Amino acid sequence: MDELLHTIPHIDRISHRGAFAGAGAKRTETFRARSGKDNKVLPSLEEAVRAAGLRDGMTISFHHHFRGGDHVVNQVLDTLAAMGFRDLTLAASSLADVHAPLIRHIQNGVVTHIETSGLRGQLAEEISRGLLECPVVFRSHGGRAAAIGSGEVHIDVAFLGAPSCDPYGNANGYSRDDDTSIACGSMGYARTDAKYADKVIILTNNLVRYPNAPWAIPEYDVDYIVVTDDIGDPAGIMSGATRYTKNPKELLIAQTAANVIDAAGYLYDGFSMQMGSGGASLAVARFLRQMMLEKKIRCRFALGGITGQITAMHEEGMIDRILDVQSFDLDAALSLKKNRFHHQIDATYYASFLFAAAVDQLDFVILSALEIDTNFNVNVLTGSDGVIRGAIGGHPDTAAGASLSVVVAPLTRGRIPTVIDRVNTIVTPGAVVDVVVTDQGIAVNPRRPEVAEKLKKAGMKVYTIQQLKDRAEALAGRPDPIRYKDRIVGVVMYRDNTVIDVIRQIDED
Amino acid sequence: MNGTRYVKDRLRRSMMFVPGNNPGMIADSRIYGADSIMFDLEDSVSLAEKDAARFLVYQALKTLDFGKKEIVVRVNDLGSGLGVRDLEAIIPAGVHVVRLPKTDGPQDIIDCEREIARIEQAHGIPVGATGMMAAIESAGGVLNAREIARASDRLIGIALGAEDYVTDLKTVRSDGTELFFARSMILHAARAAGIAALDTVYSDVNDEEGFLAEVELIHKLGFDGKSVINPRQIAPLHRAFIPSERDLRKAYDVIAAIEEANARGSGVISLNGKMIDRPIVLRARRLIALAEADRMAREE
Amino acid sequence: MDLKRTAVAGTMESSDIMVTVEPRESGGIVLELTSSVMKQYGRRIEQVIRETAAELGVENALICAVDKGALDCTVRARTGAALFRAAEQENGTWEVGR
Repeated sequence: MDELLHTIPHIDRISHRGAFAGAGAKRTETFRARSGKDNKVLPSLEEAVRAAGLRDGMTISFHHHFRGGDHVVNQVLDTLAAMGFRDLTLAASSLADVHAPLIRHIQNGVVTHIETSGLRGQLAEEISRGLLECPVVFRSHGGRAAAIGSGEVHIDVAFLGAPSCDPYGNANGYSRDDDTSIACGSMGYARTDAKYADKVIILTNNLVRYPNAPWAIPEYDVDYIVVTDDIGDPAGIMSGATRYTKNPKELLIAQTAANVIDAAGYLYDGFSMQMGSGGASLAVARFLRQMMLEKKIRCRFALGGITGQITAMHEEGMIDRILDVQSFDLDAALSLKKNRFHHQIDATYYASFLFAAAVDQLDFVILSALEIDTNFNVNVLTGSDGVIRGAIGGHPDTAAGASLSVVVAPLTRGRIPTVIDRVNTIVTPGAVVDVVVTDQGIAVNPRRPEVAEKLKKAGMKVYTIQQLKDRAEALAGRPDPIRYKDRIVGVVMYRDNTVIDVIRQIDED
Repeated sequence: MNGTRYVKDRLRRSMMFVPGNNPGMIADSRIYGADSIMFDLEDSVSLAEKDAARFLVYQALKTLDFGKKEIVVRVNDLGSGLGVRDLEAIIPAGVHVVRLPKTDGPQDIIDCEREIARIEQAHGIPVGATGMMAAIESAGGVLNAREIARASDRLIGIALGAEDYVTDLKTVRSDGTELFFARSMILHAARAAGIAALDTVYSDVNDEEGFLAEVELIHKLGFDGKSVINPRQIAPLHRAFIPSERDLRKAYDVIAAIEEANARGSGVISLNGKMIDRPIVLRARRLIALAEADRMAREE
Repeated sequence: MDLKRTAVAGTMESSDIMVTVEPRESGGIVLELTSSVMKQYGRRIEQVIRETAAELGVENALICAVDKGALDCTVRARTGAALFRAAEQENGTWEVGR
């Protein structure tokens, strides 16, 4: 046989694997018997960690689809600390209030570097005060996907919580076998980690029979599975349904934003959109729905973090397709399970700048803001007191991708002006922000004179951003500037992974 | 404004109630597009907080920018002993219109006007600068509506306060039948005196359908507008009062026809073969003025 | 203005400030301020409270203020109301702190 191989012309261009040497032993036991033993399930997290070959100094990753209900990050870090690991890089798609126990692991040298979309709560406050020696790297969802895909962020071991998984690793954010399990809906951010990480460990509380179809993560991306009682608190993972705000100020802002989209010409039959997840940015959907009914038009696709408001419109036949990278509430998760045109997409597909991503097909996006400056730069990461308390999310990705990016915010919040001279932290550059809608007026980026013209023609009053800033200051007074130290505690990356701004340690002396 | 702080004849589709002791709502009151903002020192403020609310409304009126909105303050009735103190605070602060609650007869207006004049004089404000409006909230008040409406030159309008009124009548609010006489009476009294007629609040904020039905009714009756308790009610209320494109076009055609007839020196005016008489012209002018006022209000 | 008793005005709601005034014999105006916007407006709020007390001729008092983002006009109104209540006076003037 080997001789035959030598006679094949150009064999070096065809194969290097040599000649067939037998098919190996064939199994005869039943599928059921086989699934029970010959699979990827390991008896403990410790064993999975050892099997994955984790060493000091490596990078571990997590997803944030369990939001405030996540128990995976804390559980895994407690285990790794007990096993004596040090100097780990924690690359999470985002971190929340619930992750305050990380403070101890940072103090003990278990975690020495953090990559995330955002930070909140006590952990965020401690980091703003200089807890970590190495600055935290903040990336957008699209930026993170690009960095992981290109190898700029190399994940050694991904620890991914999954509400359902079969013995071979087909994992998902819900299960068609079982209606009572925890559900997080889409696992879009976890899919990118699973694809590119060297080793993938799935933590699940719900081991279902093969094949767990449909799956978010296919078995070939999964190395080990650990079954644990507790991956998260369902109440913290998602509320039953996101409710529309009843706050009259938020409704006013939402109505104005909907009018802006219509007047600017982006509300036509077959348009595409992304909404926010709460407050005014979500309430826009309610007014758009009314306008769509009046105009008898439909939306071709809704993208992004998905709420029950979007899925309800889908079920009414007003939105043809949903592209869901993250489900914000139980209604959205249920829709993903039952509606065949509600699709689960991964972070790369959603927003990576390395490809023509879904964000690049958006007509408009509604975005919120903590601060907006007179150059239209937007901050969604640090509070007006300089402390980290938010997440970049897909903000710069969608602002850049959408033909019309509309930022909605009250002009002042608890006396603090939202429109100011210079944002504390630039997350989304003014170059991709088109319209700012506040309760006290609209401003259009001078880059978009045609939009301003259309709004005026529709009878809307358009202010300059400077006028909005002046009005906020007239009302609230000019705030004293926040004092910072020189030390840098955070680095903010734009979606192309260039450094757009830094966050400094707050000065409380 | 010829020395007065108020404009007698202006757009008053919506008068938004703002509790006088709530600083957040006072600061936000201008953003909702109401034609008039009414800061309340009466029913929404507990007895123990009357002084604090007075301080707050005084400071707000002095310092906050309310644009071109009409600023109304509802004071406590004079009989309570609180009303005069309210006036002493809000008149120097620059209120446009004082809303007097529980007006039963013309004497209530005359008494209040005397106090207003005294305070104006004491503060070097031209006497007559402050406007007044009266809320009628009893059976006796409704029957006296005609005299109330004529009791002072300062009056810009009279309003129905239905909650107290229906209690006085020994009934409750339902489909509007119970208010039919009071609404008609107040409307006639206001029109005969040449002032505004303003309808009562609709208190169930979540019943949008019921609210719209009531708005349609009072619009048809001829009211100028209505008090609102929640900002969410303002946009639908205004929408009901905005003339339709079709009616507006017709109004412009009417005006064009008279101008043409005038140019020809002809006394007889017709449009599409129909005679145009005085009421048609008046209605056309009013419709155009309303549309124009609405445009101006939105520009603000 | 002569303060007779401890008095409070204002609420703990957003955009309001709760001001408590306690008469003192000496020691000037002692101000204890906490605010949700301390870093940005703490200085300004203190200035408005002190101005208002000075305007009303109050020289000695312990003033505790818990601020939830009140505008200047609210700070002035609440401080004025608390001081008048502490003095057991009906309003003599509304022109306080300006």
